[in-house]
Amino acid sequence: MGSATFADDFRRPGMLHATILRSPFASARIDGINAEQARALAGVMLVLTADDLPGGGPAIPMRLFSQPGMEEYLQRPLARAKVRYVGEPVAVVVAESRYVAEDAAELIEVDYEPFEPILDPLVALDAGAPRVHEHTDSNVAGAIVISNGDLDDAFDRAALVVEERISCQRHAAVPLETRGLAAEHDPATGELTVWGTAKLPHVNRRILAQLLNWPAERLRLVELAVGGGFGARGEVYPEDYLVPYCAIALGRAITWSEDRGEHLQATNHSREQVHDVALALSEDGTFLGLRDSFVNNTGAYVRTHGMVVPGMSAALLPGPYVWGAYHCEARQVVTNKTPGGTYRAPGRYEVNLVRERIIDIAARKLGIDPIEIRRRNLIQPEQIPYASGAHTDGNPVIYECGDFPLLLEKACERFGYEDAVRWRREAVKREQRRGIGVSYFVEKAGIGDYEYARVELARGGRVVVHSGAASVGQGVDTVLAQICADALGVLYEDVEVRHGDTRATPDGMGAFGSRATMLGGAAVSQAAACLRERILELAGRELEADAADVELDGDRLAVRGAEERSLSLAELTERAAAAEAQAGSNEPGLSEEAWFQCRDMSFPYGVQLAAVEVDEETGSIDVVRYLVAYDIGRAVNPMLVHAQLVGGAAQGFGGALLEELSYDGDGNLVSSSFMEYLMPTATDVPDVDILVTEDAPTPLNRLGAKGAGEGGAAAVGATLANAVSDALGVEVTRLPLSPSHVAELVRQSTATQ
Amino acid sequence: MKPPRFEYDDPTTTEEALDLLAQHGEDAKVLAGGQSLVPLLNFRMARPDRLVDINGIEELSYIRHDNGTLRLGAMTRQAAVESSDTARQLCPLLVDALHWVGHAQIRNRGTVGGSVAHADPAAELPVVFSALGASFHVRSKTGPRTLSPEDFFQTHRTTSLEPSELLTEIEVPVLPAATRTAFVEFARRQGDFALGGAATVVSVDESGACRDVRIALLGAAPTPIRASDAEDAIRGRRLDEDAAREARVLTEAAITPTGDIHGSGDYRRGLIATMVYRSLLQAASNRGEAA
Amino acid sequence: MTRTVAVTINGATFEREVEPRLLLSDFIRHEAKLTGTHVGCEHGVCGACTVQLDGTPVRSCLMFAVQASGHSIRTVEAMADGGSETRLHPLQQAFHEEHALQCGFCTPGFLMSLEPLIPALVGASDDEIREAIAGNLCRCTGYQNIVSAVRLAAKRFDAQHGTNGSATGPE
Repeated sequence: MGSATFADDFRRPGMLHATILRSPFASARIDGINAEQARALAGVMLVLTADDLPGGGPAIPMRLFSQPGMEEYLQRPLARAKVRYVGEPVAVVVAESRYVAEDAAELIEVDYEPFEPILDPLVALDAGAPRVHEHTDSNVAGAIVISNGDLDDAFDRAALVVEERISCQRHAAVPLETRGLAAEHDPATGELTVWGTAKLPHVNRRILAQLLNWPAERLRLVELAVGGGFGARGEVYPEDYLVPYCAIALGRAITWSEDRGEHLQATNHSREQVHDVALALSEDGTFLGLRDSFVNNTGAYVRTHGMVVPGMSAALLPGPYVWGAYHCEARQVVTNKTPGGTYRAPGRYEVNLVRERIIDIAARKLGIDPIEIRRRNLIQPEQIPYASGAHTDGNPVIYECGDFPLLLEKACERFGYEDAVRWRREAVKREQRRGIGVSYFVEKAGIGDYEYARVELARGGRVVVHSGAASVGQGVDTVLAQICADALGVLYEDVEVRHGDTRATPDGMGAFGSRATMLGGAAVSQAAACLRERILELAGRELEADAADVELDGDRLAVRGAEERSLSLAELTERAAAAEAQAGSNEPGLSEEAWFQCRDMSFPYGVQLAAVEVDEETGSIDVVRYLVAYDIGRAVNPMLVHAQLVGGAAQGFGGALLEELSYDGDGNLVSSSFMEYLMPTATDVPDVDILVTEDAPTPLNRLGAKGAGEGGAAAVGATLANAVSDALGVEVTRLPLSPSHVAELVRQSTATQ
Repeated sequence: MKPPRFEYDDPTTTEEALDLLAQHGEDAKVLAGGQSLVPLLNFRMARPDRLVDINGIEELSYIRHDNGTLRLGAMTRQAAVESSDTARQLCPLLVDALHWVGHAQIRNRGTVGGSVAHADPAAELPVVFSALGASFHVRSKTGPRTLSPEDFFQTHRTTSLEPSELLTEIEVPVLPAATRTAFVEFARRQGDFALGGAATVVSVDESGACRDVRIALLGAAPTPIRASDAEDAIRGRRLDEDAAREARVLTEAAITPTGDIHGSGDYRRGLIATMVYRSLLQAASNRGEAA
Repeated sequence: MTRTVAVTINGATFEREVEPRLLLSDFIRHEAKLTGTHVGCEHGVCGACTVQLDGTPVRSCLMFAVQASGHSIRTVEAMADGGSETRLHPLQQAFHEEHALQCGFCTPGFLMSLEPLIPALVGASDDEIREAIAGNLCRCTGYQNIVSAVRLAAKRFDAQHGTNGSATGPE
């Protein structure tokens, strides 16, 4: 506590400081830049604009889910000729201190010719709307259509059709540590080292090598302590190119640390979607068909995530229910706002709101209890594995395991649903109204093809795990050490986990999409199992026994039934080393590696329940009780799973009640500091009850574990929107449920009574 | 986010500070607790040529009971007032309201005078001092002045302080026994600037009728304002549910707060009226001051 | 224009020639090289940079280094015995046991804010504890385990020092 090295803690001798000059306009042509005064300021080493970069600076590519034509919308490190959002990098300044660098940035004169910005994604769709990227013919950067079943027939046959426009507001991951990195070029070795990478060290090395036109083998990325990721950190951003580029240009070590004002303008935003959804039901509440058309406002540029967010939305909108027919049209729309990307439960936080809201709206019209209508439509255990008919990036969505009805019953019991219904009817103070909300959702976990691990029994008997997974502050070290200790049969305390240095670990994918345990853990488990076999075999040889008769317990190896014939792991490594030396072997010591491959995603699922009291006079919401029930197949470390779910839920509360990246009509980000961007404090979130079940282990990995990172956040918006709608008797159709918004709902509610 | 360059002085006496302000007033900014000014400097939204740091002036930090008034030196830390028995005894309204100012770490550094001079209409202390009818003592090389809250607060974050003047003391009249007070506010998160609030001071005679009524509103206008219509309606009546309800209606009709991303003007109007209503009911149930 | 400042941090005095605009947070982190104090917003909201100034928790991003000259600062590095992590301060120990941190970035600010408050939090309700930590943002934990850690630390403090109501709170 206090000794970890975060990016801005990292210093090299003679290090210089970079800062970025950002656009004050949402849309403007750059008619000229004069940096002479800035360059002349004492202490300034370098000022670069797009014209100073090779080819004006390379476009930062998508690393996932791209579509043809989308490359037209990519961002370059510095704006060329035109700026498209407030906060877009226009120049980079390197100076002897951050203070001087900021002084210099103020001296750069940029001649802007501002235009009217396009901020509303629906306006951006208009045929006559100006193009955010004038060289393209549309503000739609990508589109997805998923269609199965006979939708027209479903809507024709329906006893009830409910339609609604439901939207989720722009908000973002906002980790407590802003982004930051340091770079240094060693002319002697020709190596370029970048510190402060996160999430995807190996993937980012490939991308960065390509952008810098630098041989990947002379590029080393090193992870430092990471102050929270949640999807936003660890992608390749303009600064990830600019800082190494300047380090090469100057031959000096350079550090850059994003300040909070910059962070809110520069780091990926998320969650801004507008849905037009329609649900067709029979009289008994059977879902016949679901139709949705939505836009995802991805801001000014397509960044590394490509179509991931709208893709995930379209893939998981169906949730845990049987639909006769499902039709979804998704559009990735560009506007003059900060570019977007993923944030914990990307695309799902939004569609869980949409689906669970429209279900409740229908249930109220039909007079069916919200739990009951869900119960009637859940996919049954005997239907598993279940192909939902949806797909993402070409992969079909197949719920590979699950007992959906069971979790619903368990959640209701744990929550005390019947008692809550009684509580809701109790007389309360005049200005208070009570409501209960429920939502059911399917998450996804474990994308990204493969993960690498090497498990080594080092001299002295210590076990070292080298993982290609990464830490984003989520506790991955603990989990991997535990998995290794279990598979190997050694003590957890004797295992050390190393990751996040591309020189030490040859390969890897990283930590995103709740994958570190599933894929990273499976790879470690596999490598550890192989190493165990080798250890037992070697020990058998040393102890003159059959390997099958050797037992490993903690750090001792002994022959079963003849425990006096034993040796320690440390002794084994000594003897193995001696034997190797004798044999003149070049093989590395006791070490095994594994690549765990898995093309299929896993689908954990959950239920969230809330009881709320709404103050009609102030519009404030008191969450009296909250439950997150989640089936993750196997909880490798229950304490960490619990922590992930509670922490995720808190972020969900932020999105439901407080957080919004608001823009004024000119495209200025109004929520540009922590005075306006309101993240929950300890007094803004309730105690969350967590029910973790292990009823449906996944067959996709030997642990049975499904990722747990995102289920806490995924449905808080949905659940609270349902609870507030229940309390007020009017339908919530957008977030956040700010006091002002709730007061407006109260007015509607009084007007209709 | 680093502050721009500035010249810096750290006088240790009020006289020294006044000399500096006389010399550099137009280009200088007084640095008190810094909890509002330093963020503005860090964002480079304020860029004075010179800071006159008055944190070293010990003579400006005191809490004194003096002849029926409570005297607070302008540099007294908010936390010191919050934990002062003298202040709690003589002026519980002030201590109640301080609890809503930022968070403890902010109040440990933030000063009473700094908050008044910053004059944010959504801040607690200016409103409380308005409700209490406090006097603001200011000094310059040309002499002292004493200003009422109405004269002191000009508009949003603007006061009638001259560049050469320094706010040195806030003088709060100690309320007679049987005066009831209440402070209520509503913010999106505790510690944030309020969306709306009210500070209420009511004295009640033997018959139970309100005599002196002062209700000051938080966030209703560019400066702290009084809910005079509501005050007039309550004066002479019993402080009960009906009176509180009427005060609410009159307040709602009288104010036109402006909206922002945290709440529309309409919302705030209703909210502030509700705060008046709640503060009156709370005052009705509170015991008298200085009992 | 620079000034000479002498700031005592965790008992050691750091004398430097600095610009008046140098923030105390930057002085602590980059002049005294005590990087346990983190910077999360530089406008006084997040609380990550909280240190103790003459024993009182304050935001180090809202002070200039010159203002701390002649004063005594305590940072997170002073908590564990001998500045190491081998013997944790009882409050750190409670955070560790209750898993009250994930990424750990906000933790030093919480510790610095809480350390002087623990005696006053003996027997406090969860709501009171939540209010006591509301001046520090954490994005990972959802605060639940931090509340547990504070409860545990207060309980242990009570067991060790005993309470009889009046002797517990700070003046």
